[in-house]
Amino acid sequence: MKLTKRVFLALAASSTIATLPMTAVAQDWEPRRPIDFTIMAGPGGGADQIARFIQSVVEAGDLTNRPLIPTNRGGGSGAESLLHLKDARDPDHTLMVTLNSFYTTPIRQEGLGVDIETFTPITMMGVDPFVLWVHKDSGITTFEEFVAKVQEMNGDYVMGGTGTGQEDSIVIAYMSSAYGLDINYIPFDGGGAVAAALAGQQIMATVNNPAEAKGFYESGDFLPILSFSDERMDAFPDVPTLKEKGQDFSYYNQRAIVGAPGMTPEAAAYYREVFGQVYDSEQWQNYLVSESLSPLPMDEATTRAYWSTQVANHRQLLADIGN
Amino acid sequence: MEILSFLIDGIFLALEPTNLILIVIGVTVGLFIGAMPGLGSVNGVAILLPITFLVPPASAIIFLAAIYYGAMYGGAISSVTLGIPGASTAVATTFDGRPLALQGRASLALVTAALASFVGGTVANIFFTLFAPVLASAALSFGPPEIFALMLLAFATFVGLSGDDVPKTIFSICLGLVLATVGFDTISGAPRLVLFEIDGFLRGIGFIVLAIGVYGIGEMLWTIEQTRGEVTTTNPKMTVKGMASDAKEAVQRGWKGTWIGSFIGFFVGILPAAGATPGSLMSYGVAKMLSRNPEEYGRGSPDGVAAPEAANNSASTGSMLPMLTLGIPGSPTTAILLGGMVIWGLVPGPRLFVDETEFVWGLIGSFYISNIAALVINLAFIPLFIWMLRMPFTILAPLIFVLSIIGGFAASRSMHDLWLIVIFGLAAFFLRKFDYPLAPAVLAIVLGPIAEPTLRQSLLLSSGDPMIFFNRPIAGPITVVAIILILLPALKYLRRKKPVAKG
Repeated sequence: MKLTKRVFLALAASSTIATLPMTAVAQDWEPRRPIDFTIMAGPGGGADQIARFIQSVVEAGDLTNRPLIPTNRGGGSGAESLLHLKDARDPDHTLMVTLNSFYTTPIRQEGLGVDIETFTPITMMGVDPFVLWVHKDSGITTFEEFVAKVQEMNGDYVMGGTGTGQEDSIVIAYMSSAYGLDINYIPFDGGGAVAAALAGQQIMATVNNPAEAKGFYESGDFLPILSFSDERMDAFPDVPTLKEKGQDFSYYNQRAIVGAPGMTPEAAAYYREVFGQVYDSEQWQNYLVSESLSPLPMDEATTRAYWSTQVANHRQLLADIGN
Repeated sequence: MEILSFLIDGIFLALEPTNLILIVIGVTVGLFIGAMPGLGSVNGVAILLPITFLVPPASAIIFLAAIYYGAMYGGAISSVTLGIPGASTAVATTFDGRPLALQGRASLALVTAALASFVGGTVANIFFTLFAPVLASAALSFGPPEIFALMLLAFATFVGLSGDDVPKTIFSICLGLVLATVGFDTISGAPRLVLFEIDGFLRGIGFIVLAIGVYGIGEMLWTIEQTRGEVTTTNPKMTVKGMASDAKEAVQRGWKGTWIGSFIGFFVGILPAAGATPGSLMSYGVAKMLSRNPEEYGRGSPDGVAAPEAANNSASTGSMLPMLTLGIPGSPTTAILLGGMVIWGLVPGPRLFVDETEFVWGLIGSFYISNIAALVINLAFIPLFIWMLRMPFTILAPLIFVLSIIGGFAASRSMHDLWLIVIFGLAAFFLRKFDYPLAPAVLAIVLGPIAEPTLRQSLLLSSGDPMIFFNRPIAGPITVVAIILILLPALKYLRRKKPVAKG
């Protein structure tokens, strides 16, 4: 008996500490219970890191009167999260942190019956660019050398990624078809595992968000040779973009917070206020810089329009790569 | 000698009053979270992550690492007292811990677990202190073929040496492997085996769901059926003198398992993608294989408790290594710690040891202190856990049932998992009636999700040529040993059959 009591006391104590300070934001609507903060990916990846960072900023600034409860629902490439939101019994207390599987998964798994345009836009926290990385011992220093090497190896050039239909595979597929590259693509379980495989030279190159390769870039193990952003990135001013190479293509991972379908406008306004404060906070602004994210603030109407174009774009991209 | 002075500075940092208090709180909280079936270090660390914003980063990670340590000690407690693994890392501890408890030797099992955990943690700390950067880069040479070979070896240690019926063991492994494939396929990126189109299966079947079903519900049904409710747990006595003699016996009968677990645990722990659970299962298998009395295993061998317990502590320290030096999480818990470090503005990776000397060595110093704190606190609580065992079975059984359900729900907050727990519990009971060993199925659901992708990644790397498992310098020998171990019982089986056939 004591065992259970102890555990509960410990758990209760910890959650009390986490929720002690109450917020002073004046609002018509306020959460009445803990807020379900669903993460569209497993623990440890980029989306998870960002979600926990956001949660910590909310906690540190006492921005909500009820705690955010982060839960990883990464199953089925985010399908689990999408269904959880679609069928949310309490849409006013259900939020999700997204990545681009928000667009791709409903297209690739039509049986889910998820239409993301019914979801409620909350806040666009930023977009995460993609970079092509090689190992320093590969002898490759420019994108042209990379293309020459891949063509010379004739199908034996090995790249790693997080899986067919995932963000990096879309970028690689576009690059391959534009330059006639035959790449042996090996899926791994998450961006961290991909970076490890490149560090151990199990694979020859990756397309990764800067945050996932940062440690190895700083130690000099990884070389960035191309970025898939619209402009050259501040963190890598010497790295050319694919656009400079004459391809009209850029690709970003969306880091956004969305609400369940059917969330009341009052609740949505409350969360926009809260996450707007997170966005403006010094911590988040520093995070954007240190993790090389680009800001892309937009209001509700713009977000909805942006979603429509993204869905159309992804439908086209996935069709192009045969998915 | 430079290392030594860094270490001493680190230990002093960990002994600062705030940090010391955080260590004691962290270890205690971790101990109970670990002891709760279903909840493990992952949950503990995730729940308490936000609190760490109130203190400086070095103190924050020391606190989280202390929880991690405490949970590793705590996992053994419910494995022994309730027969349900408190965390996935402690599943192998039930194999011998539970029989010991049923023989009225729960205190021996708990003391053995505590001492083995301590030695495992200490061995790992020493390795960590001396060789961290070297080992981290060595771990990177383990690619998919090497990891697969290692998983094959883990299966082999179980098939090859189970005294049980080999065909039934293989059946049980296959059952676990099939359950492990439910959900989502990383390689093709498509959902598969979503049984009856139930959305809950998209997430796959978690290890913890199967383990709670099999060991919580299944074991309880089995006990009720065997004894018709007339369970007579031999009244375990609890005195200081008794504990001292248990400690002596633990050292005498568990030292071998402890050393095996300490070393294997550490090396499996530092590999990316592996972690403490495969480490503890493999240590159990190897300890059994190298034992002079393998038939004792599964019936209450202190070595069988010591090996996995030493291994899970050793591996959890080991899995910190790729996290700190390479920024790669070796286990789900370190993945969350990694997230925490990013939040605190630290960049895990090859530069961390150079740029953040004080942080890194403070953390390493805290490992030593946490380990000692965990041992002392754990030993202090043993009488409480023993006292629980003295409860009549009519009280204990519903308690186990409630704990199983709460633990299963808390881990994922999904009703779907609860139904699965109940179904697995019933299935486990009937399989056991027909003498099917269930541990191999549990092993398979842990190792399957590591073995399957690495097998397919390897074959993609080699364009389908299986020789990739033989012609790589590290993978080759491991594969060969694994295959010999798998074939061993087949040979023994044939040799045993022959005389019978002649006679």
